[in-house]
Amino acid sequence: MNPLKYLFLAAALLLMLPSQAQQVALIKLPDLQKRLNRKTDTTYVINFWATWCAPCIKELPYFEQINTTYAKQKVKVLLVSMDYASQLDKKVKPFVLKRGLKSEVVLLNETDPNTWMDKVDGKWSGALPFTLLINNSKQKRMAYEKEFTQPELTAALQKFLQ
Amino acid sequence: MKKLVPFLAACLLLVLSSYIRPLAGYQVGDKAADFKLKNVDGKMVSLADNKTTKGYIVVFTCNTCPYAQAYESRIIALHQKYASQGYPVVAINPNDPGMATGESFAAMQTRAKTKNYPFPYLVDETQQVAQTYGATRTPHLYVLTRQGTGNEFKVSYIGAIDDNSEDAKQVKIKYVENAMTEILAGKPASTSSTKAVGCGIKWRKA
Repeated sequence: MNPLKYLFLAAALLLMLPSQAQQVALIKLPDLQKRLNRKTDTTYVINFWATWCAPCIKELPYFEQINTTYAKQKVKVLLVSMDYASQLDKKVKPFVLKRGLKSEVVLLNETDPNTWMDKVDGKWSGALPFTLLINNSKQKRMAYEKEFTQPELTAALQKFLQ
Repeated sequence: MKKLVPFLAACLLLVLSSYIRPLAGYQVGDKAADFKLKNVDGKMVSLADNKTTKGYIVVFTCNTCPYAQAYESRIIALHQKYASQGYPVVAINPNDPGMATGESFAAMQTRAKTKNYPFPYLVDETQQVAQTYGATRTPHLYVLTRQGTGNEFKVSYIGAIDDNSEDAKQVKIKYVENAMTEILAGKPASTSSTKAVGCGIKWRKA
């Protein structure tokens, strides 16, 4: 490889790092609701997680896997971090970068769950992890307040897509 | 065919059991069952032990959850404020230590000692109490009010401690304290059920 290519590669890598690290958007409830209510025939897999939640971290790769397994289908994964907004730069962005998460990650910047949780889903008691499967054009919606194993998640999504 | 029947029965049971857990649990106004659980000092504790209380603030909490830790001193403050008014705190750890080693009985003893818990810290070994109450996360709080002079308790409040888990100084609404003010005045809590983010209870794998 000639030196110029090295330089180019290094520059590209340097440019990639900060752009990846800044992928986590802070959103408020109305933004999240907009996403949950999109009238498309895409199936959204929305996982509520946090960097401090061990079972959440354990199941994250299963959600990541969906991106490859269902690459040809209209399936989209959204990871909604429940970390405190103050932890965005300190914990969430480094975590997303370190794990190389490919799914879209957002951080829900709301303090009092009592004012917004029912608007996300009435079945959610507040325990993490929590997962929603939504397809608005088919008017289908499933809620899971539990930690998935990979076969369980595959089965739930398969059944939902049928 | 003979083999199929128990298999189908097992399937049905499996399907049913996966539905039962979220449906179970108390609503405000329900009668709350007493329990007998081991405290960090090795003694067994039940609600009926203390005849003089007007009720209890029962909180499902644990050692390792950052939310439980964030609320720890506020739970201690609740006890200091309300034990003298007849509502002491009873803390219960529902997590299966097999799923998270930091939740072992020994770790509970250490936690209670380091943080000087002024209330019992009980281990829900079979997770039966958490399931009966319908606790799903830590911390998850229940205010129980004694009915008459007996050992019957009614659920008066379920939910969050306040509206800001991260920072006690930023709290605008103290859900439990507001409910307690009304309950102590003999009135039902106007906000009797609230939601909060928390660590899912580490249920034993079946």
